[in-house]
Amino acid sequence: MIDFLQMVTSGIAVGSSYALMALGMVLIYKASEVPNFVQGEMALLPVFIAYMLIYTYGQSVFMAFFGALIFAMLLGCFLEFAVVRRAKNPNILGLIIITIGLEMVLLGFVSWKFGADQRVMPFPISSYSSFMFGNVYISTLDLLTLVAALVIMISLFLFFRFSKLGVAMKATQQNETAARLMGIRTNRVKMITWGISATVGTVAGLLLAPVFMEPYMMWDPLLKGFAAAVIGGMTSLPGAVFGAYIVGIVEHLFGGYVSMEYKAVVAFAVIVIVLCIKPSGLFARHYVKKV
Amino acid sequence: MDMKRNYYEDIRLFSSGVTFFWFVLLMAFLFFYPFIFKNYYVYMANYIAINIIVVVGLNLLVGYTGQISLGHAGFYAIGAYATITLMTVAHFPFLLALVCAGLIAAVFGFLLGLPALRLEGPYLAIATLGFGLTITTVIGRIEMLGGRQGLHAPDLIIMGHQLGTDRQFYYLVVIITVLLVVFARNITKTKVGRAFIAIRDAHIAAETMGVNLVLYKTMAFALSAFYAGVAGGLYAFVLRFIEPELFNLFLSVFFLTMAVAGGLGSVMGPIAGAIVLSFLDLQLRNILSIPYIGDWLRHLSASYFSLTGVSNIQFIVFGSILIAIMLFEPLGLYGLWIRMKKYWRTWPF
Repeated sequence: MIDFLQMVTSGIAVGSSYALMALGMVLIYKASEVPNFVQGEMALLPVFIAYMLIYTYGQSVFMAFFGALIFAMLLGCFLEFAVVRRAKNPNILGLIIITIGLEMVLLGFVSWKFGADQRVMPFPISSYSSFMFGNVYISTLDLLTLVAALVIMISLFLFFRFSKLGVAMKATQQNETAARLMGIRTNRVKMITWGISATVGTVAGLLLAPVFMEPYMMWDPLLKGFAAAVIGGMTSLPGAVFGAYIVGIVEHLFGGYVSMEYKAVVAFAVIVIVLCIKPSGLFARHYVKKV
Repeated sequence: MDMKRNYYEDIRLFSSGVTFFWFVLLMAFLFFYPFIFKNYYVYMANYIAINIIVVVGLNLLVGYTGQISLGHAGFYAIGAYATITLMTVAHFPFLLALVCAGLIAAVFGFLLGLPALRLEGPYLAIATLGFGLTITTVIGRIEMLGGRQGLHAPDLIIMGHQLGTDRQFYYLVVIITVLLVVFARNITKTKVGRAFIAIRDAHIAAETMGVNLVLYKTMAFALSAFYAGVAGGLYAFVLRFIEPELFNLFLSVFFLTMAVAGGLGSVMGPIAGAIVLSFLDLQLRNILSIPYIGDWLRHLSASYFSLTGVSNIQFIVFGSILIAIMLFEPLGLYGLWIRMKKYWRTWPF
């Protein structure tokens, strides 16, 4: 039983970082209908910018992280403004290909600059210290990730509920033409959505960096976050979070009880099963498409 | 524009004597190619031909049927491993093993096609992507397939002749490639091909008209997987050594890049895309030895970037190609070709 609780706790901790990636993905999918493969690299570049700010320019960790978040915001806005918006009457395949292209370009630049070496991001909290709740250990960093994920989820919820921009975003997502007719600058709203999404992803990246930092570090969270978003239905923020925790917990339980070796791919088995039962995810409202 | 007046003109392989002439010329060029060029270029031709097979197959799925696949490296891996295993364990002759490997890949394609029946867009992308990753992980764990250490290809003997060098292997690869390309081209002109296109353009309308979606969607997946499987089997003998890491996600993306760069929904486009991008891929692997650009890049890397990561420039190049094509010419090289032809035909106007 203790094993079980421990695994679930670790699963939730890992799930939190997946949840952040999935949230970013869903935000963008709702705004631009793009399955966003560049989500991981939109977080990767700011993480390495933070690293550079610390080592090359001698900034403090907090300043560097703050700078990285600002940079992520700008990067997200820039990518939407300069590339995604310019696509001529894009279909879904075209958009997927554009984001894959962006992902390759950003990854290429980061790994050109930094090589494939493993690096260590200085972090105020050691990843070795841990708390104990009853009989269950949780490392301080995991706890921080969990807290950060919760804070971001709640603030996103409040943002969409109460702020003018958040409501404008929801309106754009629901019906772009109507939103435009009501005087919302939908293009700008989309751009800001990309920025927010990149920032959310960067939080996940910064929290992962103390453990594992190299140019390919965001691949796994990206794919798992994507899987989580798909389980949740691609359009539902709570669904994405729920999916992320499912992926995290199932992964750890599978690793503990069945086979450690196939732990990395079990998430995809989960999504295939989920998609076979509900083809548009667990939480998506099923829209009937007009022919 | 020359009008097609009846069905037989539409399905004819060569639309005119001129096309036939070019085809003969191309065949002659391919025949004499190994005599003209050095060994490395023959290796390059093999590599390109194999990529052509995969991309033409992928195009049947993505370009004609409109189903996205980010897992083709998985089928490629299945083909490569199945060919070698059938030859070493079951002692099949090479060609039989190759066909069987293609069929095994096709079975996997059929199985992947089943969940794909209900999925589209991002859901299909993630399902196929997961398939590709799962296949490589699973292969890496199976001891009989060499696990992480990989497998060596056995000697290649066809009808008593041993094909040891790239030069000898070249003719085999080219013959198979030409056959498969012609087959793909013919398929697009038959009932099956028209069903694929109907599914791509409007699957509900297609179903209403009596196109069996279950049959044709799974068939598209199986067919595409067959192509990838055969190509994988050949690739194993070009490299002579395979390991699971070769068949990573980037390879799937690379296949998709070639198909998109060439132009989806045509047979000639993907071939052009495969030729250009495979060539670029081989050149970029040792980017620093390219004259002029190489020196400049070395300088640039040393001052602003790092020399160890310079090979990653190929990511930047391929990524930029993908973006540029989607933004400026969504039909790829084929679209460019069509546009150029139109421009010159009506030139002064």
